[in-house]
Amino acid sequence: MKDMKGSAPRSATRRQVLQAGGAFVLAFTIPGCDRGGPRERSAESAAGAASADVTREAPGLNPNAFIRIDRSGSVTLVMHKVEMGQGTFTSIPMLIAEELEVDLSRVKLEQAPANDDLYADPILGGQITGASTSVRGAWEPLRRAGAAARMVLIEAAAQEWGVDANSCVARNGTVTHPETNRTLDYSQLVDAAAKLSPPSIVPLKEPADFKLIGKAHKRLDSPAKVNGSAKFGIDARLPGMRIATVAASPVPGGKLKSTEDAKALGVKGVYQVLKLDDAVAVVADHMWSARQGLAALAPTWSDGPHAKLTTAAIVAEMAVASSKEGVVARDDGDARQTITDSGRKLEAIYQMPFLAHATMEPMNCTVHVRSDACEIWCGTQVPAIAQSIAAKITGLPLEKVQVHNHYIGGGFGRRLEVDYVAQAVAFAKQMKEPLKVVWTREEDIQHGVFRPYYYDRLAASLDENGMPSAWTHRVTGSSITARYAPDWFKDGLDPDAVEGARDLKYGIPNIRVEYVRHEPPFATAYWRGVGATHNVWVVESFLDELATAAKKDPVEYRRALLADVPRLRAVLELAALKAGWAEPLRSSSERRFGRGVSAQFVFGTYMAQIAEVSVGKEGDVRLERVVCALDCGQVVNPDTIVAQIESGVVFGASAALWNEITFDRGRVQQSNFFDYRIMRINEMPRVEVHIIPSTASPGGIGEPGCSAIAPAITNAVFAATGKRIRKLPINAEELRSA
Amino acid sequence: MLTLNINGESHAVDVSEDMPLLWVLRDVVGLTGTKFGCGISMCGACTVHVDGEPVRSCVTPVAAVAGKRIVTIEALEHDPVGNRVQEAWRELDVVQCGYCQSGQIMSATALLRTNQKPSDADIDAAMTGNLCRCGTYARIRAAIKLAGTRVTSV
Repeated sequence: MKDMKGSAPRSATRRQVLQAGGAFVLAFTIPGCDRGGPRERSAESAAGAASADVTREAPGLNPNAFIRIDRSGSVTLVMHKVEMGQGTFTSIPMLIAEELEVDLSRVKLEQAPANDDLYADPILGGQITGASTSVRGAWEPLRRAGAAARMVLIEAAAQEWGVDANSCVARNGTVTHPETNRTLDYSQLVDAAAKLSPPSIVPLKEPADFKLIGKAHKRLDSPAKVNGSAKFGIDARLPGMRIATVAASPVPGGKLKSTEDAKALGVKGVYQVLKLDDAVAVVADHMWSARQGLAALAPTWSDGPHAKLTTAAIVAEMAVASSKEGVVARDDGDARQTITDSGRKLEAIYQMPFLAHATMEPMNCTVHVRSDACEIWCGTQVPAIAQSIAAKITGLPLEKVQVHNHYIGGGFGRRLEVDYVAQAVAFAKQMKEPLKVVWTREEDIQHGVFRPYYYDRLAASLDENGMPSAWTHRVTGSSITARYAPDWFKDGLDPDAVEGARDLKYGIPNIRVEYVRHEPPFATAYWRGVGATHNVWVVESFLDELATAAKKDPVEYRRALLADVPRLRAVLELAALKAGWAEPLRSSSERRFGRGVSAQFVFGTYMAQIAEVSVGKEGDVRLERVVCALDCGQVVNPDTIVAQIESGVVFGASAALWNEITFDRGRVQQSNFFDYRIMRINEMPRVEVHIIPSTASPGGIGEPGCSAIAPAITNAVFAATGKRIRKLPINAEELRSA
Repeated sequence: MLTLNINGESHAVDVSEDMPLLWVLRDVVGLTGTKFGCGISMCGACTVHVDGEPVRSCVTPVAAVAGKRIVTIEALEHDPVGNRVQEAWRELDVVQCGYCQSGQIMSATALLRTNQKPSDADIDAAMTGNLCRCGTYARIRAAIKLAGTRVTSV
C-alpha cells in the first residue's frame, strides 16, 4: 500500500449506493443537521450499483466508487470504512481483490471522501465505521463490485481476440485465453472495458474457490505503521498552519467567565486567544507555547446548574427511575406472575459506570476555513456527519466542505462523535490560517462523551429442577440512540440499550425485558461493544447466580438452556474443552484461583469465553488466561480474528478491573493514565482463540471479544472468592482475604 | 538557538530551553512519527533514543539533549537492531491502530541492543511503560523474541 490521498474519486458525483440486495435502510441524522429526515435508499442491488454506470471517461476504468484502474495498470481501491486497528484496510481489499483477481501487493488504498450516497453502510445506513459492521456490510456488495469490474475486463479482452468471454480467465491482473495462449494485462484493457455495458448478472465465487478469503493475509497498513510514516489526524501539517490547545468548561453546561488574555499573549510563540461560549483556545506556533499560553490564560468558568453534580446523585436518581415500569422490549409468557408465584426466586441489581474511550491518539482536528470552502483533516468514524456539522457551523454548502480522513489512533466509538470537529471548526472560522486543535490527555479524558451508566434490575424464578422458569430484566440508562440515530428510537425503546438482553438466547419460557430511559445532564456515547458490552455482563452474571442457586455447573447449566441454539452451544462446548473446564485449577497460599464462563450471540457472531483469574490477599485481580471459542461465519482474514479477540479482551478487561469516570462538584475526577488505568504488557493474559469453520455469512469481530470478557472475569472472581460482583469496576477492597 | 542532532542531521531550532523534545520533533522539525499520548511519561508513545537510550520525549527538555544523538522512528530502519525489530513487527502483524507502535518499537529496540535473549520478565521491565489501547501486547512480546534471534547475527 502506498500513500493515502483524500482526493475524491473521479466518479464521486455519481450515485452508487453500497447496498445489500433489496434492503431499505434509513439514513442517520444528527440534531440540527437533518439532511432531509429519514430517506429511503433505492433498492437497486449491489450488482446493479456496481455496474450501473461504467464510466466512459478516458483514461482508465472506473467501474464503481470503489475501484479505479489506470492505463499503467495501477489499481486503486477506495476505502469506505476507516482503519482504526480493526483490520478493514486489509479485509475489505481482500473482498474486492478476490473477485477482481488482482495482487494485493500492487493495489493502492485511498480514503473515501465524505459521501453518504456512495459509501453508506447497508446495515447502519450511513458512511459510518462502527458496530462491527464493516465486513458484514461489505461482504456481498464489495465482492460484486470486484466481480463486475473483472467481467468487463474479460469482455474487453474477448472482443479484442474475437473469442467467447467464457473461454477467458482473469488472474493476477491479467486476462488470458488459454486455448490460444494469449494474455493481456488489465492496463491494456481499461479503455476498451470502460466503453462496455456493465453485466446485468454478477455471479460470485463459491467458497471452495476462494484464493484470498479465509487465508491469513498480512496487514496492508503494517509497513507504514512500523516506520512512522502512517499519518494520523494529529500528524496533519499545512503551510502556515497554527496549533492550538483548548480548555472547555469543566462542568457540563458551564460557560466561560474570565481569562487573562494579556498574560497568555505574553507567552513567546502565542498569537491569539479564541473564545466560544463554553471553551477557549490558545493559538501558537506549536503545542508547547499553546499549553503554556493556556496555563497563563487561567480561564474561569460559570459552572451553571450542574455545579454540584455528583455520580452518587445521578445513581440515586437512576435507582428511583428504575423502580417504575419501563417500556417493554420483550414479553414472552408471564414472567412477573411466574416469579411472584414461585417458591424459588432471586433478585439482583447490577451497575456499570460511565466510561471514557481513552484512545491513544487524543482528540484533534485540523481545519482551514476560507470564504468559499472548508477543509478538514482528522480521523473520524463518520466523515459524512463531520462534513455536515462543519457545513452548518460555517454556513457553507455541504459540497464546499471537504473531509480528509486519516488513520485513526483508536476509535472505540469516541470518533463516532463530532464534538471535537465542531469545536475545531468553530475556532478555525475565527482565523485565516489553517488551525490544528490538539486536546491534552487531561482534556480528552475529562471531556469525553462517556459510555452511559447503567442500572439494571433482574429477577428470576427456578423450577423444581433448578432451571429458570421466568426472567425479568429492567435496564435503566441514557439513550445514545435517541440522540444519535433518532429514527431508530421508536416508542421510547432504545434497541441498543437492550441489545444482548432483549435477544437472550437461553430457553427460558417466560421472559420480560424493559427499558427505562434516564438521562444524566450530558450526552453519552457508544463504546466498544455498545449495548452488548453492558447487557452481556449483566445477563451472564445473573445466569451464573441462577446456576449457583441451583447448585449446578455454570457450563452445564448454560448448555442445558441452549438446546435450540446449536451454534452457540458448540462454541460453549469447545471453549470448555480447550480451557480444561473440568480440570482442577492451580492453587497457592498467596492467591485464590477461579474460572468463569460467558456465552453470547452478538454482532452476528457466536462466542464463548472462559477466563482464569487469580485474586491476591489485597483483593487484586489478575487475569491469567482467556480461552475463546467463536463461530463468526465465513472468516475473511483469520489472523485479524485472533488479533481482535486479543484486543477486545484487553479493552474489556481494563474496564472491568479498573475503569470508571466519576463526577464531583460537576467535574470529572479522572484525568490521565494514572487514574484511568489501561492494561499494560505485564498484565496481559494468555489468550487462546479457537475458530469453528463456517461458510455462513460473516459476523462482526471488532466488538464481541470485548463484550464477552467482563462476565467471564467476574464469574471467575466469584469462583475464586465466593464474592459476586454486581458493580463494575471490581472493587479490590471487597475481595481482600480475611 | 539550539543545535540538535536528529537522525544524523543537524537542526538549528529557535525554541525555549524547557520545551519538551516531543514538540520540537513534531511541531518544529516536522517529524510526526513520534506520538503524543499523555504528556506526563505515562504511556511511552513519545519514546525516542538519545545516545542510544530510550527516553520519553514528552518530558525531556530540549536543552538537555542538545549536542546528543537523537534517533526517531523515521530513521530506525538504518539501525541494525531497529531494522530487525521492524521486520519482526511486520512479520507477526503486531500493529492495530498503530498509534503507540513507534514508541513500542523504540523501546523494544533499546532493550534488544543490550539483551538479545530477553526473558519475559526482561520484556515486562522494558516495555511496561508503553501502553497499547488495542492490546497488541502478546504480539509485541513475540516480535521482540523473534527479533532477538536475528539481532545476534547482526
